[in-house]
Amino acid sequence: MPIEILMPALSPTMTEGNLAKWLKHEGDAVAAGDALAEIETDKATMEVEAVDEGILGKILVPDGSEGVQVNQPIALLLEEGEDLSALERSERGEAAMPAADASVRVEAPKSVAAPAEAVVEAEPDWTGSTVSMTVREALRDAMAEEMRHDDSVFLMGEEVAQYQGAYKVSQGLLDEFGDRRVIDTPITEHGFAGLAVGAAFNGLRPVVEFMTFNFAMQAMDHIINSAAKTLYMSGGQMGCPIVFRGPNGAAARVAAQHSQCYASWFAHCPGLKVVAPWSAADAKGLLKSAIRDPNPVIFLENEILYGHSFEVPDREDWTVPIGKAKVVRPGADVTIVAFSIMVGKALEAAETLAADGIDAEVIDLRSLRPLDTDTIVKSVEKTNRVVSVEEGWAYSGIGSEVAARIMEQAFDWLDAPVARVCGADVPLPYAANLERLALPQADTIAAAAKDVCYRS
Amino acid sequence: MAKASAKRKPRGKKSAAPAAGGDELLKYYREMLLIRRFEEKAGQLYGMGLIGGFCHLYIGQEAVVVGIQSACRSDDAVVTSYRDHGHMLACGMDPRGVMAELTGRAGGYSKGKGGSMHMFSREKNFFGGHGIVAAQVPIGTGLAFAFRYQGTDNICTTYFGDGAVNQGQVYESFNMAALWKLPVLYVIENNKYGMGTSVERASASTDLCQRGKAYGIPGEAADGMDVVAMRAAAEKAIAHCRAGKGPYILEAMTYRYRGHSMSDPAKYRTKEEVQKVRSERDPIDYLRDMIIGGEHADEEALKQIDREVKDIIADAAAFAQESPEPDPSELWTDVLVEA
Repeated sequence: MPIEILMPALSPTMTEGNLAKWLKHEGDAVAAGDALAEIETDKATMEVEAVDEGILGKILVPDGSEGVQVNQPIALLLEEGEDLSALERSERGEAAMPAADASVRVEAPKSVAAPAEAVVEAEPDWTGSTVSMTVREALRDAMAEEMRHDDSVFLMGEEVAQYQGAYKVSQGLLDEFGDRRVIDTPITEHGFAGLAVGAAFNGLRPVVEFMTFNFAMQAMDHIINSAAKTLYMSGGQMGCPIVFRGPNGAAARVAAQHSQCYASWFAHCPGLKVVAPWSAADAKGLLKSAIRDPNPVIFLENEILYGHSFEVPDREDWTVPIGKAKVVRPGADVTIVAFSIMVGKALEAAETLAADGIDAEVIDLRSLRPLDTDTIVKSVEKTNRVVSVEEGWAYSGIGSEVAARIMEQAFDWLDAPVARVCGADVPLPYAANLERLALPQADTIAAAAKDVCYRS
Repeated sequence: MAKASAKRKPRGKKSAAPAAGGDELLKYYREMLLIRRFEEKAGQLYGMGLIGGFCHLYIGQEAVVVGIQSACRSDDAVVTSYRDHGHMLACGMDPRGVMAELTGRAGGYSKGKGGSMHMFSREKNFFGGHGIVAAQVPIGTGLAFAFRYQGTDNICTTYFGDGAVNQGQVYESFNMAALWKLPVLYVIENNKYGMGTSVERASASTDLCQRGKAYGIPGEAADGMDVVAMRAAAEKAIAHCRAGKGPYILEAMTYRYRGHSMSDPAKYRTKEEVQKVRSERDPIDYLRDMIIGGEHADEEALKQIDREVKDIIADAAAFAQESPEPDPSELWTDVLVEA
C-alpha cells in the first residue's frame, strides 16, 4: 500500500498552510530526511522532510496551493517493491494506508470540579506546662529537634553555620550537628536554591535559609518552576520535601529593597504551602510540620518578632498543622484577620476598640496556602463584619483573597463591605515618619474596624 | 549572518582506534539508531498534530548521550534540558512511555501532564527533562550533593547546551561543586547554536570546556560525533568525579540536524552546512563504517538491528496513539503529596 504523506503541522498553532513548492517530483527516489516540499506557515517558510524511504508516486496537492489543511494527504509514497499499479489500486477506492491513525480520540472531557480542600484538624489546646521563649529560640529548637530525629534534614544558607545565623536563628546548630548538616553557602541564592531542590529530589530534606526573603527573588525560578511544579509535571514521581525560610516583610528602616512582604507572591502558586506564624509556639510547631511535610513549604518569618517572647508548650514534639487558622482573641462585633507581625497590631487595636465598646475577634491565619476559610466564615457568621490586615500591598494581596472567599461563601452574612488595611501602595520609604505611615498600625486597624461597624 | 561556525575547526579528540569490542559497538549502534528513529517518528507524529507544543529533536547528537551513558552506572543520576528524548532512551526508559508522554496520553511517563520537555523516571534515576534553560545545572549539582551527603560513590551527569553556558546559575553551580568537591559531571553539548544564535555570536570565549577554569574544574573537549571518543572521554571524567576529586566538564562537539524545535525554520545556517555534517560527520554512519570496516559485524547483522529498532518504534508509536488521554480527574492530582 502506498504511504500517504500528510500536510504537516510545523508549529504549535498551525492549522493550515500553503504548499509553496515541491522539491521532489513524481518518480523521484526519496530517503528519510530528504526535503520534499516547501511549506509556508504564518510564521516562516519551512521544509517538509520525508520520514519514510521510497519513490514519490503521486503528488496530490500541486505547487502554489493555498490554505492546505493540516493532515490533508499531499502525496503518495511508494514503498520498496511497489510500482504504480499500487497507486491505481488505491485510486479505485482501496484506502491508502495512512502512516498512522490520527483518529484515535477518547470522548470529549467532562468538566471536573476542583476537589474540596482537605479538612485539617487543629492542634489540641495545650493545658500542660509552658516555657517562655523567643520566636528565634523556638525556630532554632524546631530545626534542632527535627535534625536529631531525621539525618536527611540539613540546613543551608548564608552565614547559618560559623556566624550562627545573620539573625542568630541557627545559634548552636553547627556545634551540635557539624558542617555536614549545617552548611554555609556562598552568596548565590539562585544556585543554592536550585541545588537544594536537586538534593530534595534525591532523598534529602533541605531547610534553606534566605537571609531575608527579598533575596529569594534571585531564586524565584527554582522555587516556582523547579520545586512547586515538578511533582505535577512528573505525574507524581518527583516529590520535593523542602523548606525555604527566612524573615519576610519590613524590618526597621532598611527601606524598599529590604522591606517587602512576599506572602501573596508565594500563596498564588499551586504546589507550594505557605505559612507565616506570629507566636513562638506556632513558629515552633509549624516549622516542625513544614520540615516533615513532603511538599515545598515557604516559611515566612519576621525579623522584629525574632526577639519577642511567648509561652510555648513544654513538650519535645509540639507540632501545629499547616492549614489551620487560630482565633487568638474571641469577640462578637467585628473580625480582624491578620498574620505574622500584624497579629500583634490587631490585638493592640482590639484593646483600643474594647475601650470604645467594640468587641473584636482576632484571627491569626498562620497558614496562607492552604487558607483556613472555614474559621474565617464561622467568625463572619458571628460578627458580620471583617477587616483584613497585612503588611503587603493591597493589590492582589492576601486580603483580596480573603475578601473574595467571604463574598463567595458568606455574602449573606455581611453587614458591611470587607475592609482591607494594607501597606501603602509605594516602595517602602526610609524616613521614620514615612515608614510608619506606609505600614498598618494599631490605630489604622482600629479605625477600619470602627468604619465597618459604622461607628467612626 | 555570521558563518564563523563553518570556518571553525572541530576541536576534540577523535578516537584513533576503537577501544571498544564488537559487542559494545553493536550496542551503541542499536541505541543510537533507536534514538534517531524515535526522533524521526516524533517529528512525523508532530506533523500529524498528534504531538503538540514544543518538541526539540536530538537527531545528530546521538553519540553524545550513548557514549557517556555507557560509561555510567545505572544507579548514577542523570538530568538534562528539554531536548531530552535521547537521554531518556539512553537511560533505558521505555520508548512506549516516552512517546505516549509526547502525545499527552495516560500511558506517558508523566501521565500526559509533563509533555516532551518534562519527563522523569525515578526507577531509571532520570531526573528530567527541565524546561528552563540551565535550571538543570544547579539541580544536577544538588543531586550530586545528596550522593555525597549520603556517603555513596554515585555521580550525577548533568547535560546542558552551548546556549545554557552563559546563564549565571551555571557559574554559581560550578563554584559550589568545586568548593564542596561534588561528584558531578557537567556535559556541555555544543551543537553550535543556542536556538538561532551561534556560539560565536553568544559567547565571548568559545572554548566552553574551559569555563570552569576560574574554579579549578578540569575541562576537556571531545568529538561528539564519535561514540567511542565520547565513551573514552566519559570514562576518564567519571573516574575523576567518582574518586571524590570534584566536578569535571566535558564538552561534546556535536551538531543538531533539525531546527531548535519543530517550529524553527533554521534560517540562521545554510542547507549546505547541515548537509555537509550529515554526509561527512554523521555519528551513525561513522559507527557503521567502524563496525563494517573492523569486521565486527556484516551488513546483514546491522540490517537485522535496523528491523528490530523499526519494530520497537512502530510499537511505541502505536501505543502512544492507543493509550487513552488522561482521565479528567487527573487534572487535580499530583499538585501536592498527600501527607
